[in-house]
Amino acid sequence: MRVRGLASPYLAWMSIFIILPLCAVVYYAFTDSVTGEFTLRNIVSIGNYWPILIKSIWLALVSSLICLILGYPVALAIARAKQSRQRFLILLVMLPMSMSFLLRTIAWVSLLEDTGIINNILGKFGISPLPLIRNNGAVVLGMVYNYLPYMILPVYTVLSHIDPSLIEAAKDLGCNRTQVFLKVILPLSVSGIISGVSMVFVPAVSTFYISKKLGGSGTTMIGDVIESQFKTAYNPNLGAAISLVLMVMVFICIGLMERFSGSEEREALM
Amino acid sequence: MKKTLLTICAAVALLAFVPFLAFETAAAKPAVINVYNWGQYISDGSDGLLDVNAAFTEATGIEVNYSTYESNESLYTKLKTGGSSYDVIIPSDYMIARLISEGMLQKLNYDNIPNYASIGESFKNTLYDPNNEYSVPYFWGTVGIIYNTRYVDTVTSWDALWDERYSGKILMFDNPRDAFAAAELALGIDVNTEDESDLRAAAELLAAQKPLVQSYVMDQVFDQMERAEAWIAPYYAGDFITMHRENPDLAFCFPEEGFNLYIDAMCIPTSSTNKEAAEAYINFMCSFEAAAANAAYTGYGSPVNGVAESLELTEYERGIAYPSDEILSKGVAYLTLSKEATQIMDSLWLDVRTDASTTSWVTYAVATAAVVIIAAVYLAYRSNKKRKRAAKRRADADGAR
Repeated sequence: MRVRGLASPYLAWMSIFIILPLCAVVYYAFTDSVTGEFTLRNIVSIGNYWPILIKSIWLALVSSLICLILGYPVALAIARAKQSRQRFLILLVMLPMSMSFLLRTIAWVSLLEDTGIINNILGKFGISPLPLIRNNGAVVLGMVYNYLPYMILPVYTVLSHIDPSLIEAAKDLGCNRTQVFLKVILPLSVSGIISGVSMVFVPAVSTFYISKKLGGSGTTMIGDVIESQFKTAYNPNLGAAISLVLMVMVFICIGLMERFSGSEEREALM
Repeated sequence: MKKTLLTICAAVALLAFVPFLAFETAAAKPAVINVYNWGQYISDGSDGLLDVNAAFTEATGIEVNYSTYESNESLYTKLKTGGSSYDVIIPSDYMIARLISEGMLQKLNYDNIPNYASIGESFKNTLYDPNNEYSVPYFWGTVGIIYNTRYVDTVTSWDALWDERYSGKILMFDNPRDAFAAAELALGIDVNTEDESDLRAAAELLAAQKPLVQSYVMDQVFDQMERAEAWIAPYYAGDFITMHRENPDLAFCFPEEGFNLYIDAMCIPTSSTNKEAAEAYINFMCSFEAAAANAAYTGYGSPVNGVAESLELTEYERGIAYPSDEILSKGVAYLTLSKEATQIMDSLWLDVRTDASTTSWVTYAVATAAVVIIAAVYLAYRSNKKRKRAAKRRADADGAR
């Protein structure tokens, strides 16, 4: 009881700064921008933005997948390293996070643009500027770069908690290294993979700054649409409706993932 | 020992705050006004010019809380959503008319603004504020096309912004009014049209331009054009002079179809709580020193008498900042559009900006669905298999018992 009392400041914080704004989002999503009456028009008119929504989800999925492919071996290598070195390696992974995310994105812009550093160097060798920026690839690059630590950390945490005796047992029972990985390590790390994927996917699907800076006029993402509803078009109701739909979709994704990973964990306990 | 040291340190640290606290309570709290202006639109003390806000504080003791916006539309949104109160804002003509019609501005007391007398007569009794009740002109200017002579042939017309040779090197306004005006002028339509089919035609032209556009920007245009990352962009003449000083390859064109001629003026929104201080600020901005410093810094046309003549401009720069009457006769002012027309324009603009139909989204949809389905099937299969295995194990265990 006493412990619960100590949590009350956060409860108050959460209800004022998370629950109440969420209620405001729901309220705006279902009211008309002019009359303030109840309407479903905002939700219906999201239909116009389906292509952008799908594209955002696709780019976020691709980024999560690339993060997984890049991040998993790193997490495994760190988890296998000597205890004393692990802390240092994790610090290295987290190092970029200590710099502002905006600065890192702007740094990519000056690297990639047509008159940027990379194309300048290429130009010295007589190579005409490559289209490195303002396309989907650049947006995915920006997201992978920014969100990679969010993949490595949870996977590492799970991998470093795998009981080494399980791996030894597998080896004793005649598994080769591939089999050890596929039958022991990978299944036991599924919960880490799933939380890593959702940690990357959720911010990636709603990003707007990266796509604005690294994307071109054709790579609008759903986050950009929401931003412009609030900032330039002055239609907060539609913006709220899109946010709400996005939020529901993200919750469904997380819920599905949790369900599957949950059953894995229960399995492991048995 | 350590503890006493710590206590002493803490005491010293606390003492350090005492003088501030004493000062805060002793001196009367100075008045503060919130000024909301366009970016790069005031002399800030660089280039050896007067720091106008600091000079105002020195002269009156009123502190200035200064912040900037990127477009009339974002200013409007900020005022409309509330949450912050501003004492002085500097919107453009058509936005002033809209704010007046929506009752969002306060009438000024011109007795507190004696320097209003030095504003040029041609900037009084304007269309947006016919009786001179709500606004005091800050700057006037024109919109034209800035281009890099190294990469772009001489530009004379708005059509250059639709020239496929410059694909990926074209910048465009990130606000509906200026963007629509560019398209409307290219099509030969009146920039103040409220006709829906005209607006749709302009939107179609803007949508056709989209694949050629590098990005939709406002003040980023400085950086992109100076470094030749982009080659051609429509923007304000005053800003061209700033850019031209950085990169002499840049040139400016008053398009032959016509161009926007605008006035930005200082107003006090109804949310202001310190009207007299705000009027003192407006008055100060109309003083010769402040206006001259601002004009030298921004490159825009000052409405204050005598300022234009006092500026050190090259012949070329003067021809653009203060164009001849012959050129000015092609300028058109934006008028306030009806609420309906504004709404149509806003939503058409949003469609232009966010329409993703240029890429085939069906591919993305199919790919996304495939990934999700494969992942779901795989996970379902796994958990199913495991559950079966567990059930079997349990059955075996029961059997053994």
